[in-house]
Amino acid sequence: MENITPQLYTLLVFMVVGSIVAIETRNLLSAVISVSAVGFALSIAFLFLGAPDIAITQLVVEVLVLIILIRGTILIDNTAIETHRDTLAVVTSLILFGLLLGFGAMIFGSSGFPEFGEPLMRVSRVYVQTGMPSTYAANLVTAIILDFRAYDTLGEVAVLFTSILGALALLRKDGKVAREEVVSA
Amino acid sequence: MTVYFLCAVLLMMGLYCLVAKKNIVKKVIGIVIMDYAVNLYLIIIGYKHGGLAPIVEPGMNAQTLGRFVDPLPQALVLTSIVIGLGVLSLMVAMCIRMYEKHGTFDMSQISKLRG
Repeated sequence: MENITPQLYTLLVFMVVGSIVAIETRNLLSAVISVSAVGFALSIAFLFLGAPDIAITQLVVEVLVLIILIRGTILIDNTAIETHRDTLAVVTSLILFGLLLGFGAMIFGSSGFPEFGEPLMRVSRVYVQTGMPSTYAANLVTAIILDFRAYDTLGEVAVLFTSILGALALLRKDGKVAREEVVSA
Repeated sequence: MTVYFLCAVLLMMGLYCLVAKKNIVKKVIGIVIMDYAVNLYLIIIGYKHGGLAPIVEPGMNAQTLGRFVDPLPQALVLTSIVIGLGVLSLMVAMCIRMYEKHGTFDMSQISKLRG
């Protein structure tokens, strides 16, 4: 494998520019498509960073995000909000987030944070060495999520189930009508 | 270090979109951008120069195993991406209910919010 830094920088700059377009454009459909382009660039970046499982998952999730956002919101109302901007809020938030970024760069730059390309790997050294003999899974990511840290996956399924249940409860029509009928009767 | 800085820029842009925009759909888009930034940051922490994808193939010895990128952040980010999709569907459902109740996506028009 050769040095991937130029490709990574190109993709990151593309993602930043796509996010600026997604944030600042007036048309909501353009914003949704721009954020989707950012997600696909993220998938390619995952491929360069040696994470094919994450790249595939990100691709599938990105298509679903595009469908949900367009079907759920854009098709309902695509009118741009034409009210005047709150200039004080915009300037204040920009200054505050710039300060946050600067202080974060100072803190992370001065401490013993691992450099890019030299991970610590204190825990995962054990996983890499004992993953294949103990779980018989050739893909170590699968070995971790389904064997070493299966409780995390159980929690993930619980969170996913709860969120989908919440979305269904918010979007249903029947329960509300039946309750009103009971009250009126 | 510049890679981490660009990730932080992406995170701050998502946070700005979440705080300063008035359209609810724009706020959802800001949360999605923050999600991307955090996932990319975690994967970049685990990258090793000249690293291989953590998939064991026949005939690999201990030295080849030492060239793997960190598989632990990848496993956790896989969880995080799927949870992000669930949270997004919940947020979009809330947006749809808000639109049915108030008839607009504009936060400044929705003045009947009570805590």
